[in-house]
Amino acid sequence: MKNNLLFEFLTDKEKNTLTIKREFLAGRQLVWDAHTKSELLDRWFAPSPLTTKTKSMNFSAGGHWIYAMVEPNGIEYWGRLDYVTIYPIDSYTALDAFCNNEGEINPDLPRANWEVTFSDLGSNALVQTVVTYQSLSDLEKVIQMGMQEGMTSTLERLDDLLLTLNQ
Amino acid sequence: MRRDVFQAIADPTRRAIIALIAVQAMTPNALSEHFDSTRQSISKHLRILTECGLVKQEHQGREIHYQLELDKIKEIDQWIAQFRKIWEDRYNQLDDLLLTIQQKKEL
Repeated sequence: MKNNLLFEFLTDKEKNTLTIKREFLAGRQLVWDAHTKSELLDRWFAPSPLTTKTKSMNFSAGGHWIYAMVEPNGIEYWGRLDYVTIYPIDSYTALDAFCNNEGEINPDLPRANWEVTFSDLGSNALVQTVVTYQSLSDLEKVIQMGMQEGMTSTLERLDDLLLTLNQ
Repeated sequence: MRRDVFQAIADPTRRAIIALIAVQAMTPNALSEHFDSTRQSISKHLRILTECGLVKQEHQGREIHYQLELDKIKEIDQWIAQFRKIWEDRYNQLDDLLLTIQQKKEL
């Protein structure tokens, strides 16, 4: 599906932030639901071929989402998102973390603050996610985790696929 | 002690050093003229940058010039590019999901 939907990915190495802006071909309410209801999150959040599995979800200020990204071979990587503020259907903020399958946070791995904002772009919805790390070395740790979790090979497979499709 | 490039660029003085030597190779003395910090402090930053492989030394007679290792700088961008692709992939899946939900509603 090629729709020329807006996509921006900006890094600010001085503020240690990643800003991701993306337009979606749907109204704001539906896009909000897709970000905040676990039965919908389960259907898109983990990059393929990983799949998402929710253990528990309490979408409210002070609540959290505990989920796993699951490899096709069954290996699970657990994550947790603690919701801090929620303004339906405009924005929410949350703190992410790596955890075990009981939802206990791993204190050795960095946490990042997420600020997710939803707005209208004509009849489409625009989502802006600002991810803030404590430091750039935190960001590096997270990316290295991603590599260990096989995401790199996932992405390489995606590269191969795109190359095949383009030929 | 392990050195990595992110540690190197986490410091504002080191980022400024990188910006300066990106234009041309410089000696520690010439570099310290651009900062309030002491020559020793600049040398310490240069040592860290060298250990991370971000800059390399070039001996010209009795002077040492520092210059940028462009390949290492590209490595940082590659890390970030991988993160970008995770989000692209994730959002492409969300596109499909939104389409599926909307089509069901129209039935």
